[in-house]
Amino acid sequence: MVKKTKTMNLNFGPQHPAAHGVLRLILELDGEVVEKIDPHIGLLHRGTEKLIENKTYTQAIPYFDRLDYVAPMNQEHAFALAIEKILNIEVPARGQHIRVLFCEIGRILSHLLNITTQALDVGALTPSLWGFEEREILMSFYERASGSRLHANYFRPGGVHKDLPKNLIDDIILFSENFPKVLDNLETLLTDNRIFKQRNVNIGVVTKQEALDHSFSGVMMRGSGIPWDLRKSQPYECYNDFNFKIPIGKNGDCYDRYLCRMEEMRESNKIIKECIKKMPNGPVKSIDGKITPPKKDDLKNSMESLIHHFKLFSEGFRVPKAEIYTAVEAPKGEFGVYLIADGSNKPYKCKIRAPGFSHLQAMDYLLKGHMLADVPAVLGSLDIVFGEVDR
Amino acid sequence: MNTNLKDLEKIINSGLTTSIKKSEIKFNQLFIDIDFQDIISTILFLKTNEKTKFKQLIDITTVDYPQEDKRFKIVYLFLSHENNFRIVVNTFINENESVPSITKIFPSANWMERENFDMYGIIFKEHPDLRRILTDYGFKGHPLRKDFPLTGHTQVRYSEEKKKVVNEPVKLDQEYRDFDFESPWEGTKYINPNNNGKEKIKDK
Repeated sequence: MVKKTKTMNLNFGPQHPAAHGVLRLILELDGEVVEKIDPHIGLLHRGTEKLIENKTYTQAIPYFDRLDYVAPMNQEHAFALAIEKILNIEVPARGQHIRVLFCEIGRILSHLLNITTQALDVGALTPSLWGFEEREILMSFYERASGSRLHANYFRPGGVHKDLPKNLIDDIILFSENFPKVLDNLETLLTDNRIFKQRNVNIGVVTKQEALDHSFSGVMMRGSGIPWDLRKSQPYECYNDFNFKIPIGKNGDCYDRYLCRMEEMRESNKIIKECIKKMPNGPVKSIDGKITPPKKDDLKNSMESLIHHFKLFSEGFRVPKAEIYTAVEAPKGEFGVYLIADGSNKPYKCKIRAPGFSHLQAMDYLLKGHMLADVPAVLGSLDIVFGEVDR
Repeated sequence: MNTNLKDLEKIINSGLTTSIKKSEIKFNQLFIDIDFQDIISTILFLKTNEKTKFKQLIDITTVDYPQEDKRFKIVYLFLSHENNFRIVVNTFINENESVPSITKIFPSANWMERENFDMYGIIFKEHPDLRRILTDYGFKGHPLRKDFPLTGHTQVRYSEEKKKVVNEPVKLDQEYRDFDFESPWEGTKYINPNNNGKEKIKDK
């Protein structure tokens, strides 16, 4: 006779250190085995899309920093590209290189946070301490370029806000020289670590087909062996000019995803080096006065600049009627903006496609039959940031 | 890539002759309009056809046009990895109509459809679990509709007397200020210096 067991419901979060933010999971457990997961999201919902509809295009950019707040500039990038495509303006070469430089810094920022907190979730404290030190350096680069460590508001339609300050490039070179060694040290803590492997190998396995069916992108997809990276397959900005590889995984488990992220950081570091080597001189933003604000010096001398400045910061610029979807390879996956412009100075509709949303959705199928202790491990490897999931 | 996109447009138009109402290529992406009754068949065709292979659903979203007869435009975004194409499928419904759910074709549509239900009140027929997703427990209304105010209808606070969080009608200390910055001036036409004068930017 088979004894019927009763399942137990367990509430995980919304305030839980391993939930990576405000996530509430309703777990249905049979003993220690997970039967069903119902994630309750939206606890950080701020109505970003509604707010953007009520702001001018320039005023909407800061909202993108607040989505995935560990790699803010990558988000701004998608929005800026959408507007540029509709307006048909080109970003000068230096502006493009600065954008690539900071996108890759953002990628390292995000992956460092993810890898180290994933390690934290499975019991290793040291990596997060080491990783955060490097993040602090990178955020100081953000601060020197944009004035802010986190909410940068640096990428603008037509280019970037300002040119880089003196010496910043030298410090980034210094960082990129040392960074591979930091990664090597980090790897000694994790890659061959027995506990880390026991907690991650063969956990949360995603097959190729499942990655497609569940709308996975970024590392979640590459970890399963699908060679797909928007920087290579649908190149935007000047990514075409750079020489880099796309690391892909084999087994599609948490451990492979960790290895992919590790390798991606090395590639990002290479791009940063190459980008600095190739960095041209010249303007950093489009010289079209109807889209980008004039230089501060010109305001004192040129009437036209003064008018442009006033009009851009009160009325903003107008975007002709169009419907467009643009996507960038954000650290977490494909981050897209579906924009409808109606010819006025505000977007009619701006849908934000966050990679984390689809990844989190797959929790239920990823964890069915796993142990309770695997929940934080898989959650860690999904690379969830609630700013973008909840919007 | 652009020429291939034209071939793709032809393939889709010949494969789905009756259901396609409009198709055009903008910004290197294919946009097609279909009837909402044809959603399932169109999407199955796009997913399974050997030449299209749109195997990944990127997103589902809705656009609200309150003044139109068919008020909601539902937008499906797909990506084909093998062919490196994107397609945008549009369909229009009015307030009383509901669309078939595509969760059976793409499991990831589940949350995306829930989000559209939450934000716009679109009903997806045969959806396994159509609940609100992003808004609060017990929330009323559909916030992304154009007739929903930016400030919302209710605000929450912790009530010391009742010892719990309470919902109250929104009370603003200062009226919401919506400045109309748009100048009625038509303006001159400016030449975009970046494009060597080839492309003209209109001020309006």
